[in-house]
Amino acid sequence: MNNSLKQYIELYDSNRDAINLRSVQHLNALRETARKALDGVLLPRKGSDDYEATDLNAVLAPDYGVNINRVDLSRESTTQFRCEVPNLSTCLYYVFNDTFKLSATAGQSGDKVGVMSFSEAAHRLPLVLSKYYGSVAQLSNACTALNTLLAQDGVLIYVPKGVATTKPVQLINVFDANARLMAVRRMLIVLEDDAQAQVLVCDHTKGDQQYLSLETVEVIVGRNAHLDYYHMEESGMGTTRLSQLWARQDEGSNVLVDGITLTNGYTRNDFRIDVDGAHSTTQLLGMAIGSGNQHVDNHTLINHNAPQCQSNEMFKYVLNDQAIGAFAGKILVKPNCPKIDAYQGNRNIVASPEAKMYTKPQLEIYTDDVKCSHGSTVGQLDQEALFYMQTRGISLPVAQKLLMQAFMSDVIDGVRLASLKDRLRHLVEMRLSGDDAMCKSCNLKQ
Amino acid sequence: MNKDNTNKKQTEEAIIHQAASEEYRYGFVTDIDTTVIPKGLDENVVRRISELKNEPEWLLEFRLKAFRHWKTLPLPKWGKVNMPDIDFQAISYYAAPRTHTGEDKKEIDPELKKTFDKLGIPLEEQKRLSGMAVDAVVDSVSVHTSYRERLAELGVIFCSISEAIKDYPDLVRKYMGSVVPYTDNFFAALNSAVFSDGSFVYIPKGVRCPMELSSYFRINAAQTGQFERTLIVADDDSYVSYLEGCTAPMRDENQLHAAIVEIIVEERAEVKYSTVQNWYPGDKDGKGGIYNLVTKRGICRGDHSKLSWTQVETGSAITWKYPSTILKGNNTVGEFYSVALTRNYQMADTGTKMIHLGKNSRSTIVSKGISAGHSENSYRGMVKVAPDATNCRNYTQCDSLLLSDTSGAHTFPVIEVGNDSSIVEHEATTSKINEDQIFYCNQRGISTEDAVGLIVNGYARDVMKKLPMEFAVEAQRLLSVSLEGSVG
Repeated sequence: MNNSLKQYIELYDSNRDAINLRSVQHLNALRETARKALDGVLLPRKGSDDYEATDLNAVLAPDYGVNINRVDLSRESTTQFRCEVPNLSTCLYYVFNDTFKLSATAGQSGDKVGVMSFSEAAHRLPLVLSKYYGSVAQLSNACTALNTLLAQDGVLIYVPKGVATTKPVQLINVFDANARLMAVRRMLIVLEDDAQAQVLVCDHTKGDQQYLSLETVEVIVGRNAHLDYYHMEESGMGTTRLSQLWARQDEGSNVLVDGITLTNGYTRNDFRIDVDGAHSTTQLLGMAIGSGNQHVDNHTLINHNAPQCQSNEMFKYVLNDQAIGAFAGKILVKPNCPKIDAYQGNRNIVASPEAKMYTKPQLEIYTDDVKCSHGSTVGQLDQEALFYMQTRGISLPVAQKLLMQAFMSDVIDGVRLASLKDRLRHLVEMRLSGDDAMCKSCNLKQ
Repeated sequence: MNKDNTNKKQTEEAIIHQAASEEYRYGFVTDIDTTVIPKGLDENVVRRISELKNEPEWLLEFRLKAFRHWKTLPLPKWGKVNMPDIDFQAISYYAAPRTHTGEDKKEIDPELKKTFDKLGIPLEEQKRLSGMAVDAVVDSVSVHTSYRERLAELGVIFCSISEAIKDYPDLVRKYMGSVVPYTDNFFAALNSAVFSDGSFVYIPKGVRCPMELSSYFRINAAQTGQFERTLIVADDDSYVSYLEGCTAPMRDENQLHAAIVEIIVEERAEVKYSTVQNWYPGDKDGKGGIYNLVTKRGICRGDHSKLSWTQVETGSAITWKYPSTILKGNNTVGEFYSVALTRNYQMADTGTKMIHLGKNSRSTIVSKGISAGHSENSYRGMVKVAPDATNCRNYTQCDSLLLSDTSGAHTFPVIEVGNDSSIVEHEATTSKINEDQIFYCNQRGISTEDAVGLIVNGYARDVMKKLPMEFAVEAQRLLSVSLEGSVG
């Protein structure tokens, strides 16, 4: 077993009772299974399958503190913070480190929609928690197993049958601590049949501590339900994020997952979507703008387990300085799943001599009557287009920025929330100009 | 309308049935005496092979080193093929036709001649007019080499590797193992330890080889794994086109084939390597068939050199090979064109690696997979651009065509780009054979079977047109034969 993983397992072994005591009961049930799953597990080496660029051993090697005793570490009061994206009216919630907090706008997304911590859910919606917690996340993934081993609380978003959220649910993850800290974040999103929801998650950090976000999100989407899930990462250089999103789609459902990395330190995102019901639609989008020593690795798997579905996947990267980008994606079509229309795209611009891109687009098809394709490119901006603009009096840096913005536009266009789309366009523009991609009104600025 | 559909369906089913039950056309066994070393593999067997072939000391050392290294390696499992455990002790590692070990080398066994006649190899005098110099390998020892003299006039060396070891030891010693070292992988180590024979080609500076060089490999004796080693060296400003074609007789037991092909391309030289592989793929239930586990790699060592791989893979129960190119020189060009057709229970995991180390190097990859029956067909490739290799260009296209709902088609490409001036593109599609096209052909009086042949040949045309003329015809015929009525 690797030492870096071992230290957290030992932490669990020696604090088993303390962890269980301060946890939600439903989470304790899976802990021992996760412990068993981690027995003798070796973290994948850098360069091995699906980990071309990411070294989990090195990522987990620092001795991060885990807040087992659930001490309130947040210095930030929820009343001080506002997210004032123009025209974006959301119901705001926070997770400070790994502690869930409400804001003044909480509860405005509709009477029946439940957004709450697991500890509250254990009283109000115990059946939902016991039915769905751990139902899609697989412990064969070492990070998910570690999350399951250490998670003590989490966030539940529950939309009952036939209910639609009146406002998007916005969840802001904030890192704020005096010491090196690991936050074990867990989220469960359940949409019952015919439900609709829009969820926006933003990652921020305060201070220049080293943080590790170990995040597992489980998404269950019922028949004909409709979910838009956006994740925006705007964290500091010292932040490491290991996230896994596990989703299951039922018949006729429509899911959009959008993973956006604007600023970060070291990021590895795993997306796995199981399309279990026929006539479903899946959109998986992502983009990353890397500079400095940023590291962005996205790994995706769309499992088509049912016929007559459509999926569209597109990840775009712009890499500057010494940034490293990685993408490994797979579309898997199981036997007897005809009429699948799946596309997977990965387009990358390597804009500096020291930046590096690793890409691995994959198709695994076991049914003949399908239309599946993928495309991947690594290259630069079109020299002719740059020249054309320069002949019209546009300076080279502006021309480059314009082209990069245009390059990102089809991922931005995939955003279905109009106000978020505008904001994102603005943030990307700022980011490409070399500014911090922070909203002006955001008081989380360091 | 419904009736027509039912009829059409029935015709299709009948065609599938016919195609699926079609026996391997080249399955015949030649009855020649062969010298076979008893089954099993240890250091003594390696020594015995070396002794039988009168090899120099350095080569024995090379073999022994490779053997010792091989013993430390586990059988690789990463391929997307379902490889049964191979008992390496149950294989005989050397078989030479006895006629060849005797003194009378001019006479060719009539039985063997018949075999070649069936295959249409131009060994006999009148067939030389077809313009091909053939180094025919039956089992492990080169039996006949034609056109040697004409080539010798130009300074071209084209002989079996055992002869080359005796006659040109310096050349062989300089280049052998320089592209595929014995430490490279499990099967390369095994081959390095026990390789029996193969071809050696050396094209001197400034020579354009006047004819296509061809070598037919044919596994003949039962349960004799064949371990050829091919070494091609193209010196500065030279050109050669090398053809390799394979057909093997029908056998019930799986046979192992672990060859090594090494190609060295010096400055401004060009090598074109074409393969048509049609070994016995096993019967329609997946019984028997050849395991084709080959290491093929070339290096464009000098600036402005070019290496082009073209392959048509229709045979073998398991195919596991990645003809690769190391683009070391500046302005070098690497190409890879492949058609892989699998049916019944065949499994193919094939592709290429393009390693860009030189500046301005370019590579093109076109891979076409066709899967029918219960087969699995995978493309696995890697394009790597080193940080210093600026202004590189790669284009990759890999398409898969599925002809049945029980077959699988997969693509596993890896792209690594280490600088900002290189452009790498990858595209892949997977789809079913187009019913509209079949319908269109049907409308114009072309039967479904012929339509499928037409469509697939059109689909594979990008690759087929890269084959030398002599091969293109055979390859096209092979595709049509293998494909007849596989649609359903």
